[in-house]
Amino acid sequence: MGIYLPIAEISVNVFVLLAMGAAVGFLSGMFGVGGGFLITPLLIFYNIPPAIAVATGANQVIASSFSGALSHVKRGTLDFKLGGVLLAGGIVGSTAGIFVFGFLRRLGQLDLFISLLYVVLLGTVGGLMLVESVNALRATRGGAAPLLKKPGQHNWIHRLPLKMRFRASKLFVSVIPVLGLGAGIGFLSSIMGVGGGFIMVPALIYLLKVPTNVVIGTSLFQIIFTSAYTTLVHATTNQTVDVMLAFLLMAGGVAGAQYGAKAGQRLRGEQLRALLALLVLAVAIRLAIDLFVTPPNRYSLTGVDLG
Amino acid sequence: MAGARGFVAAVWLTLSVVAALPALAQTPPTENIQIGLSTDNVSITAGFSGADLTIFGSLENADPLVARQGRYDVIVVLEGPARPVVVRRKDRVLGIWINLESETFENVPVSYSVATTRPLQDVTDPNSYKQLSLGASNLYMQPADAGDSPATIQEFTAALRERKTATGLYSENVGGVQFLSQNLFRATVRLAPNVPVGTHKARAFLFKSGLFVKESSAQLEIRKSGFEQSIFRVAHDYSFLYGVFAVSLAMLTGWLGRLVFRKD
Repeated sequence: MGIYLPIAEISVNVFVLLAMGAAVGFLSGMFGVGGGFLITPLLIFYNIPPAIAVATGANQVIASSFSGALSHVKRGTLDFKLGGVLLAGGIVGSTAGIFVFGFLRRLGQLDLFISLLYVVLLGTVGGLMLVESVNALRATRGGAAPLLKKPGQHNWIHRLPLKMRFRASKLFVSVIPVLGLGAGIGFLSSIMGVGGGFIMVPALIYLLKVPTNVVIGTSLFQIIFTSAYTTLVHATTNQTVDVMLAFLLMAGGVAGAQYGAKAGQRLRGEQLRALLALLVLAVAIRLAIDLFVTPPNRYSLTGVDLG
Repeated sequence: MAGARGFVAAVWLTLSVVAALPALAQTPPTENIQIGLSTDNVSITAGFSGADLTIFGSLENADPLVARQGRYDVIVVLEGPARPVVVRRKDRVLGIWINLESETFENVPVSYSVATTRPLQDVTDPNSYKQLSLGASNLYMQPADAGDSPATIQEFTAALRERKTATGLYSENVGGVQFLSQNLFRATVRLAPNVPVGTHKARAFLFKSGLFVKESSAQLEIRKSGFEQSIFRVAHDYSFLYGVFAVSLAMLTGWLGRLVFRKD
């Protein structure tokens, strides 16, 4: 069944989009990530213009992270104070990102920049996760218990000034890295259309030493607001949010996420991380190939009024 | 009976010859062309996947002899609104394909569909086309930066035409104009699935034995209708509210999805 997307201005198949949303939702529920890093490239592969894929991806991320955050609020595994500080940084980063987005679009380099960011970030995060999880898998096979977090061990981040106490996370840490992390994620959110969970979660665990149980809830909390802000700004400045497209993805996504979460409970943590790492790497490689393969047509047309 | 009819015919013949005589003495009446559109606006709905637009037209004062010999040719053009366009070229830098060179053109018709009675090269000579700026290859594309080298401008102009043709926005329908009678014709021009909205100009050119005779034009409004178009308009006219709506819709979907599909 075909449907015409009002903003993307192309006809697409409803079932392809619902299935895409459901598949990504399943994976995001399984791995506890927003899924934006999968949705946006998939939309680009499906010939949605990158600018619209990014803005709509951010919109779609709100639905899945809101749904996820609700269950964390219920379980009490959400640090509102930490999330709030991350968010303050996120708004600044997101604003900067939107500005860069519009600038690159006028230059005609937006598509390239999005692809490069995806390749570099997904490649790095995927690679690191794969190494870490394979090591963990080997260690468990060897009989030793996997050691994710080493409590009591402090790094340079904990020597920075302007410390603040986050009770729910049992954390006493400088606000500088928290704001910086929030800003970085906000920037990526507006340029890549991702929530940034795949960077936020490891950063909170490994850099800030936030207890694992509050990490996902807090990350989701900040992602809701950063992507809501990103969606709003993209809608007002670039008119690139396609609600029709976003809704189809969300509808598939929220359904898939609940089943994915259940499936995820049956797998062990390091197995999950290894699978997620492979998935992330696969997307990165697919995007990298597109950068190097000779395009079928070297020339492209864009309307001037678009930028 | 037979005699009476012969008489009437003879009288009629005489009268018409008498009437035609003064005209013959001066110049023969020049042919004229008229086109008519059954509607002055076309609405495209969400499922629009391209269509054929039929334009009817007539020749006035057509010479029956010329018409019988098929020496009248008609070219009908449907030209979309003009907009500035940037053409970009990808080049390889360190193995990666990057948009490097670009050329901006002012006032490029977004779409340009041609229908003809015969292949363009059979109707008239290239010079006449150039003078009439008729046909996609004769459209003048005005570069925004006239200082660029002619070779570059030529390369990007060719690329622009090629891309427009490849996406179906510039099309040529040879045999798309058919004479239904000696002075009535029907032209079928193609509307691409991504036909731009706005005021389109339909023009018909009449050629007699390879010489341009007359031109006629009509305007056509193409607009989008339906639910999708309302979304598009709201997104552009009330973009902030649209953004708020998009965010609320996402939160509502997330919340409902949890209620409906909850598995924990």
